[in-house]
Amino acid sequence: MARKVLTLAEVRDGSLRNVSFEAIAAAKTIAEGGEVVSVLVGDQVQAHANELIFRGADRVVVVEHPNLKFYTSDGYSQALKAVIDKEQPEGIVFGHTALGKDLSPKLAIKLDAGLVSDVIAVEEAGGNIVFTRPIYSGKAFEKKIVTNGIIFATVRPNNIAPLERDESRSGSVEALAVEIKDLRAIVKEVVRKTAEGVDLTEAKVIVAGGRGVKSAEGFKPLQELAEVLGGAVGASRGACDAGYCDYSLQIGQTGKVVTPDLYIACGISGAIQHLAGMSNSKVIVAINKDPEANIFKVADYGIVGDLFEVVPLLTEEFKKLKVHS
Amino acid sequence: MNIFVLMKRTFDTEEKISIVNGKINEEGAEFIINPYDEYAIEEAIQVRDKHGGEVTVVTVGSEEAEKELRTALAMGCDKAVLINIDDDVEEQDQYTTAKVLAEYLKDKNPDLILAGNVAIDGGSGQVGPRVAELLGIPYVTTITKLDIADGGNVTVVRDVEGDEEIIETSLPLLVTAQQGLNEPRYPSLPGIMKAKKKPLDELELDDLDLDEEDVEAKTKTIEVFLPPKREAGKILQGEITDQVKELVQLLRSEAKVV
Ligand SMILES: Cc1cc2nc3c(=O)[nH]c(=O)nc-3n(C[C@H](O)[C@H](O)[C@H](O)COP(=O)(O)OP(=O)(O)OC[C@H]3O[C@@H](n4cnc5c(N)ncnc54)[C@H](O)[C@@H]3O)c2cc1C
Ligand SMILES: Cc1cc2nc3c(=O)[nH]c(=O)nc-3n(C[C@H](O)[C@H](O)[C@H](O)COP(=O)(O)OP(=O)(O)OC[C@H]3O[C@@H](n4cnc5c(N)ncnc54)[C@H](O)[C@@H]3O)c2cc1C
Repeated sequence: MARKVLTLAEVRDGSLRNVSFEAIAAAKTIAEGGEVVSVLVGDQVQAHANELIFRGADRVVVVEHPNLKFYTSDGYSQALKAVIDKEQPEGIVFGHTALGKDLSPKLAIKLDAGLVSDVIAVEEAGGNIVFTRPIYSGKAFEKKIVTNGIIFATVRPNNIAPLERDESRSGSVEALAVEIKDLRAIVKEVVRKTAEGVDLTEAKVIVAGGRGVKSAEGFKPLQELAEVLGGAVGASRGACDAGYCDYSLQIGQTGKVVTPDLYIACGISGAIQHLAGMSNSKVIVAINKDPEANIFKVADYGIVGDLFEVVPLLTEEFKKLKVHS
Repeated sequence: MNIFVLMKRTFDTEEKISIVNGKINEEGAEFIINPYDEYAIEEAIQVRDKHGGEVTVVTVGSEEAEKELRTALAMGCDKAVLINIDDDVEEQDQYTTAKVLAEYLKDKNPDLILAGNVAIDGGSGQVGPRVAELLGIPYVTTITKLDIADGGNVTVVRDVEGDEEIIETSLPLLVTAQQGLNEPRYPSLPGIMKAKKKPLDELELDDLDLDEEDVEAKTKTIEVFLPPKREAGKILQGEITDQVKELVQLLRSEAKVV
């Protein structure tokens, strides 16, 4: 059954987030041959429209308004509701990002709809669109279907493969004028605490440090390793609590949930709450001086040793690899 | 101030998870107040102590949730409400839960509603924003700071994937708690004694003028499964320098991630 499916594209630091392309890929599966329409919302965002087409959208609808410069649930829901009313989609896909998490339940109520959040896989099976999502902090999974109304889902970054970029694709880009007014919550200021560069939830490689890193200074070798691998630095709560790094780096049950291709845990014991945030990574490497550390139970590869010795050696070895290839 | 906390009783995820008859096995498992809801409860108590009023903690759940409600009362909430829909509803999802909560709240004139930003078991993060939208009030999610001025203007700090947004809004308002909002207190012994005498009301769907059709789930879980067991990993042996070389080779040729 062909369906028209909308996706919401997200712009951060002047470029489209990868999860926007992953949402398009998920939308294609849901659409079963129907049209995929990406929606761009913001102040001046039209320039990104073509990229969405190259990534698989059939059409792009752009809603621009000065009141959409910062995300607010009121502003964005007005914009999206206008697009939905016009397009009458049978499916909607957002990224399961701060924005997507905040906005999707509100729209679901406006549409009197269900919502499947934090999806890591989508497939067509037995006449249904079946979503897989983690429950119990990643210790189990459930498969869910929508039984009534519009098929609405948010997809976790880094889990659904985006489509091949294809510059030969073309499609229309339309602007939709929407009046955005009566914002009841206003963003006064954004305090940037995370580093520019690779976003933790979207990073392909994460080098994470724990209490074993011992100081803020101790994170330096980890940063160097991450840099060589084009990855991001993360941390356990142990390291954050000790003040070695900002809480924005925390991975785990009360921090970020990440699923990189490669997760290198340095001086992290592997507490259950930490595992909740990273155990679904594709490949896990543990470096810990305690051979009994729990982290080795989930690691694909482990080195028992002092991280201050091992990490710089690893950086050197990867550098050599880069020179050779 | 008329303050409400939405609280969920959750499976303690430190517990080992197993599946029996296609369902998560709850037999003998430890249950707790969802950790984010503890922040919500603590904040509610602090706001009440500063501005006056009353804190009511509300849960949609089964009779067993009485225990967690009593804990919330022992922490300092004034009243508890258990909305038990087990007998009325077979399939329940976030749509159901939010509808029931909003129906209960709609004639209570709440000034402030606090929820957790996500339940550590169900993990959708939908219920708070859904309830706010049903009540027609604004919401701010994942907050780490809440300041309420006497006129009802509110300044909130919101955690956005590690960055902070300073947001201005006003009451009535729903917020969802993020780690860092406060340090939840433990119930004190006198608190526990007092909690036994505090009111705990139990409601059913009928009491809310809702029919089963009004809250019918829009989604359905068709399967629950455990992740494939991670094979016990490979602990490398030998000189550290050799281990490092071997690791890089393995990541390249075996795991193919670099
Ligand atoms: C409700 C709740 C929520 C929580 N949420 C989170 C969360 O989101 N994320 C999270 O991470 N934690 C969380 N925690 C905390 C968690 O339980 C652990 O306390 C925390 O993860 C421990 O951090 P750590 O592994 O860095 O420290 P530790 O457990 O102290 O481990 C340090 C490790 O470093 C090793 N080490 C020391 N020196 C070296 C060296 N030179 N070289 C190599 N190895 C070395 C040690 O052998 C040890 O294994 C939560 C706890 C609770 C109760
Ligand atoms: C009898 C029964 C049957 C169920 N069947 C299903 C099913 O078939 N499929 C399915 O997906 N789920 C089912 N559930 C689970 C239930 O629908 C969800 O757990 C619930 O809607 C909350 O969703 P969540 O866990 O994603 O919470 P989130 O939306 O992540 O919770 C965020 C916050 O909302 C508040 N909150 C959440 N739940 C409640 C609550 N119950 N009471 C008060 N406040 C709350 C809390 O403040 C919480 O921190 C069932 C539950 C029961 C009791």
